[in-house]
This record gives sequence, structure tokens and C-alpha cells, in this order.
Amino acid sequence: MNLENRKRELAKEFSPMLEKTSNASKILMGFLIAIILVGVYAFFVQLFEGHIVTGMRDNVVWGVYIINFIFFVCLSYSGAFFSGILHFIHTPWKNSVSRIVEIVTVLSLIIGPIFILLCIGRLDRLHYLFLYPRIQSPITWDIIAIMTDLVGCFIYLFLTFIPDLAILRDNSENAPKWRQKVYKFLAIGYQDTPTQRKKLHKITGALSVIIIALAIVAYSVLAWIFSLTPQPGWNSSIFGAYFIIAGLYSGIGVIIIAMFLIRKYYPLNHYIRKVHFMGAGMVLLVISLLYGYFTFSEYFSRWFGHKIHDAELLDTLFTRYFWMFIFANYIGVLVPVVIIFFKKLRTIKSITFAAVIAVIGLWYNRYLIVVPTLESPYIPIQDTREEFIHYTATWVEWSLSLAGVAAFILFFMLIMKLVPVVPMSGIIDYERKQKKNKKSLNKL
Amino acid sequence: MENKKTDKGGTNRRNFLKLGFMSSVSAVAGASLFSNLSLQDEEEVASGGDKMRLLTPDGKIVEVDANNVNNYPEALITPEESRKGIPNRQFVMVIDLAKCKNARKCVEGCQKGHNLDYHEEFMPIKLMQDSPEASPYWMPKPCFHCDEPPCVTVCPTGATFKRDDGIVLVDNERCIGCKFCMTSCPYSARLFNWGDKEKFHNTTMPYSPETSVPHAEGTVMKCDFCPDLIRQGKLPYCADSCPMGVIYFGDKNEDIVTNGTETVSFSKLIKDRAGYRHLEHLGTKPNVYYLPAVNRQFPLERGFDVKEDIIDRYKNVPYVQDLKQQGKI
Repeated sequence: MNLENRKRELAKEFSPMLEKTSNASKILMGFLIAIILVGVYAFFVQLFEGHIVTGMRDNVVWGVYIINFIFFVCLSYSGAFFSGILHFIHTPWKNSVSRIVEIVTVLSLIIGPIFILLCIGRLDRLHYLFLYPRIQSPITWDIIAIMTDLVGCFIYLFLTFIPDLAILRDNSENAPKWRQKVYKFLAIGYQDTPTQRKKLHKITGALSVIIIALAIVAYSVLAWIFSLTPQPGWNSSIFGAYFIIAGLYSGIGVIIIAMFLIRKYYPLNHYIRKVHFMGAGMVLLVISLLYGYFTFSEYFSRWFGHKIHDAELLDTLFTRYFWMFIFANYIGVLVPVVIIFFKKLRTIKSITFAAVIAVIGLWYNRYLIVVPTLESPYIPIQDTREEFIHYTATWVEWSLSLAGVAAFILFFMLIMKLVPVVPMSGIIDYERKQKKNKKSLNKL
Repeated sequence: MENKKTDKGGTNRRNFLKLGFMSSVSAVAGASLFSNLSLQDEEEVASGGDKMRLLTPDGKIVEVDANNVNNYPEALITPEESRKGIPNRQFVMVIDLAKCKNARKCVEGCQKGHNLDYHEEFMPIKLMQDSPEASPYWMPKPCFHCDEPPCVTVCPTGATFKRDDGIVLVDNERCIGCKFCMTSCPYSARLFNWGDKEKFHNTTMPYSPETSVPHAEGTVMKCDFCPDLIRQGKLPYCADSCPMGVIYFGDKNEDIVTNGTETVSFSKLIKDRAGYRHLEHLGTKPNVYYLPAVNRQFPLERGFDVKEDIIDRYKNVPYVQDLKQQGKI
């Protein structure tokens, strides 16, 4: 059968990527594992010596950890959002990128919450959240939102994996036994019959819509952790929407970077093409404009209103945090806008560069939302201990942050070893549809 | 001018509270605030055994059955019991800024009472200057025990709670250390135990949220209005140790506050002295009132008669910067 042949062909094409590991990637993996191990060591240092080993103190009670938390979780929500949209409106070129997006979603949703756990002083009492839950607390909302989202995203990701796993199960005679077993188990008896295919499409389609809604709810709840407190830099009605846009901004940025790296190190040039970068670049442009607009509105209204505590906060931002502010809120927005706006500047490399700037800028934007606000409370900090006045992250915090990034990359590589990063079933679906279109064109 | 009358020891003032029963009507009225809390003192138990003579807030003497009076034992109040609060009370604090001279006795008394370290202050004293032209003043800042406490709303486990008597407490056996309460408190009233300390393992006294002792690593602590002392008919450590009588403590229900030397009507005091609450516009409805620093008893500079590192805290206040420029500090 033609279809079976095509499946075999695709399986053959992708199998080297799954089964062979180049020396370079082995070294990279080793390096990533080393970073993660340093992070694990730092974690134990913090566990045994207490939070005193971090830079957090009574005024800045949340530091780099919560910034990483919102960064990763927002990344995940935006992944879910994009993935849902790609599925929902059947974007013609979605096949090449949809799996990257889905992997980004699930990985960041696993890594993000780890950072909030690092913020918690008594990990041994974590179960109290369920023993004595209080529904009034935005943290409880957040736990519900994240857990729902995690389950939803997992199911969704798994559903999109099934057809490929089935193809691999049927076409990996030469693969090691354990691999065959894993594929067989994970494919849960999917045979790609027309009814099965139809059902699966239906469920995935429905889930994609649910996931978009979930992402928006979860984003907003995350923003409310900040904006529902009476603090000068946080108590803002714009925060929910602002976080959604900021999350999408980092999301599309990371997706572009991932596309670039995958294209560079794997022979997938004919799948991930310039058109994808152009498309993603356009999304980045639109979101960077929106994000810039939100950032501007947020700070502009604070500046124009010049309430005393807002004014103090802005004063800190423009003195102590001047360069960070410029980088996060000017360079981080304007560079991507300029690069992508002019057609001449639009190349794969420049778009990736814009994405890198956007992602780093956004991380610093989060930093500026969290730390300076905590450093300028309503009642002035009158203390002589420098670490209680200004926050500086310690090596423990940095190494755990790096470990998070390393874990993200490592797991990404490992998932790419399990299933092709470009969904084979998607390619087949696409070809089938094109054939149909041709046929209907011929009939006309 | 230093008020010589107030220059008594702390114990005297506590005794004063108890002796209030036998004193003139106004003083008796003040003592009755704590009357049914301090009945373990023999001198206050009227003859007859089962019957007790008590004073009502409006100055009438009534006889009640001793069994009807809450006779709080000095025994430990467990975390579960501490959630209830002392019945029919609405505790309130009034801080008279006109009398404060940054003597730091409240800070030290509180630190001693709560077994706190040098830098751990439930009641820091801030040097406030609302604008560069405005007159600076010393502001002791306890927890405000708000009626709309943002910290309680956001707590995910109910480790911090609002009691019927208005006190907001932290149960550090329930606290998971997420610090959300600290970020949502607009008054920076809360402290976190960042690392382990030897004093946390002092098991001679079992933990009670009412004493806040011993503290625990990775949990939040704060000013607790000393409900353990209130139950014994005493004033909180800060009010008790202030030599100037800056801090009045009392019950809104009975409309009485006392600083140990004088007992006054809460509403009248607030009315006459234009009492206010800090950052009223935030809508947290604090239970700590301030009397503005007018007709001060001491010049502000008296407050700089403290350790060098304490003075150093205030270096960003415009007034202190002026003083430094003039070479006065």
C-alpha cells in the first residue's frame, strides 16, 4: 500500500536522528548533566542550610526563583496557546513546528513549578496546601490552574504523539528491543484506521481549544499573584493581559531559537524552512508591538499619575536599574521590531537574533517587575544591612536557574530521541490533503 | 521636657493595672478592661468566694458569679485554641507620636519577650518624613492587625488568621513559608526565619501562636499583640516597656485604652488628638492608630541618642541628610 510505503520511508528518514547520537551531542549532554548536577548540589545546600544561602531577605522575599517560575510557566502557556491555534485553524505549515511548540509547552510546565518550590521555606509541609487549602488565596488558584494545565497539556501532547508512535512501532524492526517495547506501549493500539484517525483528530481539535482557554486563565491567575496585592508596582489591572502578551512574546522567541538550533544541528532543512521563520517572525513582530504597548502603558500611567510610591519606584528603576530597564523595555522591544519590520533585515539568522534579544529582555522585564517593587515598599526600608536593602542573587540561585535551563535543553534533546521532532503523521496528513485538493481541482 | 511621672519601672505599671480596681473611678474604668482577665490575683477576688464584684465601663459596680467569669489559666494556648480569640474583645493600639523619642525600649522589650535577635524587630522605629518640608517624627511600627488583612486573604494554608478579638496571628506550625503574606502586607510587618538558629530548638516552652516562641526555620513571624500577656491582664511588652507612655493598648468594645499610667477613652483620645491610621487609603482598616506629633514633649534630635548603627538606618531621610550637611551628626 502506498500509505504504508510512505510511512516506512519517513520512519527510515527519521530513524538515524532517533537512534544515533553524535559525539558532539554526547558532549553537550554531558555538559548539561554537569550543570544540572551543580544545581542539584545547590539545592541540597539550600535544603540543609535554609534560605539563608539565597540572596532573598525580609524585603525582597522573592527573587530569581519566582522570576524563573513566571518565565517558564508563561513560556509553557504560550506554547499551549500557539499549539492550540496552529491545530485549531489548521495552519498549512504547522507540521514542521507544532511538535517543537508542544515539547516547549510540556517541558517548561514541568520545570517552571520546580522554581516555585524552591521559593518555599518549608518543603516538608508542602502537603499542607492540600490538607488545609484556602480557596481565597491566589496561590491556591494558581495550584489548581497549573495542575489542570499540566494534565491538559500532557494529554494533548500525548495525543499528538500517538500516530507517530504507531508508525515507529510498525517500522522499527532494526531498533533495539526496549525501544520497540516503549513504542508499542505508548502507541496504545493505534492502527491508523480511518475511524481511529477521525476520532483522534476530533479529540485533539477539541483539546486544542480547551488548552487555549486554559492557558489564558492560568496566565491571568499567575499575574494576579502580583496584581492582587496592594504593592505599588504590582497593583495594576493591566497585569493579566500584560502577562499573556509577555508570555506569548517569550514563547515565540524560544520557539524561534529552538527552530534555529534544530535546523542547524539536524538534517531538517527541507522541513523547517525560511517560510517558517518568516511566519514566526511576523508573530514576533506583532507581539513585540503589543508587548511594547503594554509596557509603555503600564509605566506611563504610573509616571503620569506620579503617586508618591509609584514615583519612588520609577526613580529606582531609572537610577539603580537604569541599564537593565533600558535593555528590558527599550532594546528588548525595539530591536525585534526594527529587525523584522524591514524586509531587507529579515533573514533566518537575524530573526533568531531578534528572538534571543526578546527572550533575554523579557526575563529582565520580569526581574524589574519583581525585585525593585519589593525593594521599595510603602514604609521605607530603614536598615543597615546591605543584603536587606538590595537584592543580589547568590551562586545557589544562579546555579539552580542554569540547571533549569540545562534541564530544559537536555529533556528537549531526549524527547527528540524518542519521536521525530517533525511529526510524520502530520506530513502524511498534509500530503493526503494536497492530493485531495489536486483531485478536486482536476474535477473542476 | 521629660515626663518624670512616667519614669517608673515596668512592674510598677503592671501592678497599677491590677490596683486599678481600688483606685478612683477613672482608673478603675481603665483596669476593668483587663478585669476579667486577671482574676487569678487574690486581691481582686471579692469576699464571698463564689461572687465577684466587678466594675462596668460606665463606672457601676456589679456582682457576678465567679463561674461566669473567664478565668484564663496561664497554661499554654494551643495553636487550635489560639484561633478563637478572647471573647468580646476588640483590641486596639494607639501610638502617641508626640511622646516618642526613639528610646527603643519598646523594641528591646519586645525582643526580649519574644526571644528575638538584635536585628529582628517586630516593632521597628521608623523615622518618617512625609515630604522634604514636613516635620520628621519617630514612628514605632508594630503589626497593624488590620480588619481587612491582605496577608490573611492570600495565605494558602490558613497559617495566618484573623481572630474574633481582632488579632492577626501566625501559626508557624502551619506555615509553609511561601512568603506571599510578606509581599502582600503593605506595612512590611512580617519577618522570615531565613536560616536555622539554636534558639529554635529550645523546647523548654511548647510553641504557641500567642507567644510566637519558639520561632521555626522557614516560617514567617510578626508582632502578635502579646495575647498571652493580655490573658494575664498585662500590657503587651512594647506598651509595658515604653518609659514615655507612648503606646496605649486597649479594647474598642469597652472604648478604653491605657499606657499603664493613664487610662483614657479610646474614642475621645482619637477625637481630641486627631488620631489617624497609617496609609488609610489602602483600605486595610488597621487596628493601630497614631496620634500626630504635635506639641511634642521632646525635640526630635533626642532620638539620635542611640547606637551608631541605628542612626545609620535613617541616613536616607531628607532631614538627616540636612543634619549631616550641617555637620550636626
